[in-house]
Amino acid sequence: MSPDDTASPDDFPTPPRSIVDGKGRDVDLREGDAADMESVVEMYTRFDPADRAQGIPPSKEPAIRDWLETITSGGSLTVVAEHEGDIVGHGMLVPDEDGGYELALFVLQDFQGAGIGTALLRTLLGLGEARDVERVWLSVERWNEAAITVYEKVGFERTGQASFEIEMDMELD
Amino acid sequence: MNVLLALDGSELSMRALDRTLERAREAGDDLTVAVYEGGESVDVDDVVATATDRLSEAGMEAEVHRLEGNVGSRLVELADDGFDELVMGGGTVSPMGKIRIGETIEFVLVNAQTTLTLVR
Repeated sequence: MSPDDTASPDDFPTPPRSIVDGKGRDVDLREGDAADMESVVEMYTRFDPADRAQGIPPSKEPAIRDWLETITSGGSLTVVAEHEGDIVGHGMLVPDEDGGYELALFVLQDFQGAGIGTALLRTLLGLGEARDVERVWLSVERWNEAAITVYEKVGFERTGQASFEIEMDMELD
Repeated sequence: MNVLLALDGSELSMRALDRTLERAREAGDDLTVAVYEGGESVDVDDVVATATDRLSEAGMEAEVHRLEGNVGSRLVELADDGFDELVMGGGTVSPMGKIRIGETIEFVLVNAQTTLTLVR
């Protein structure tokens, strides 16, 4: 049973909050800031390439750093999931050119399947709502059924033409 | 070699333009350019103008076509008409840094009989 399964789908919590994951681990969800950079880089260097999505995260450290610096430079919002001082999950809302925000999140392999991703997603949407984000969208590879199921459960709807990747979006209150 | 380069004005397609020009000059390839409207809001006229400029800077002659309508199928038709290789940009890059392949590339990837190079 994952921590956020019982909550109503359109009621997004804001960070900071603490949860106990499906395997009994304490996880803190809080807003990320510039001081987290090294810990986030560390998380991505430990990331399994099999869980890469559409080319991100990059595999080598300099490229990971470049990528993080690019996406965190212009008004993006982040929530990190922390367990015993290590960052184990990272979710981002990155502004596009049309007033919307693109969403992506990553959870370290050892911490997957325990509800952390869903909790991180809902907390990130709560942060977005609190910061007056109105539209959030994402793209996901169409064979990534686990992710698509989670996104649909929190209220994302498919938009546009399905190609290799499916696009989904939702409006926040 | 007879190379067809497809451009939609995206960042990766413009990288494909630079790389293809360089290789064509070294290898003495014949080059044809096809410009189409892709996923990003780029003016096709600007892409045609940029391509024409780069070609003349590189001292190369190439026909520049403009494709409209069902672009994927037009590209496949054109590529299968005597080209050895089709070169395209390898998708568009989202604000998050995700690569998106899009309908046109997917259609060409599946349907072209010609060898396809996606430039990153």
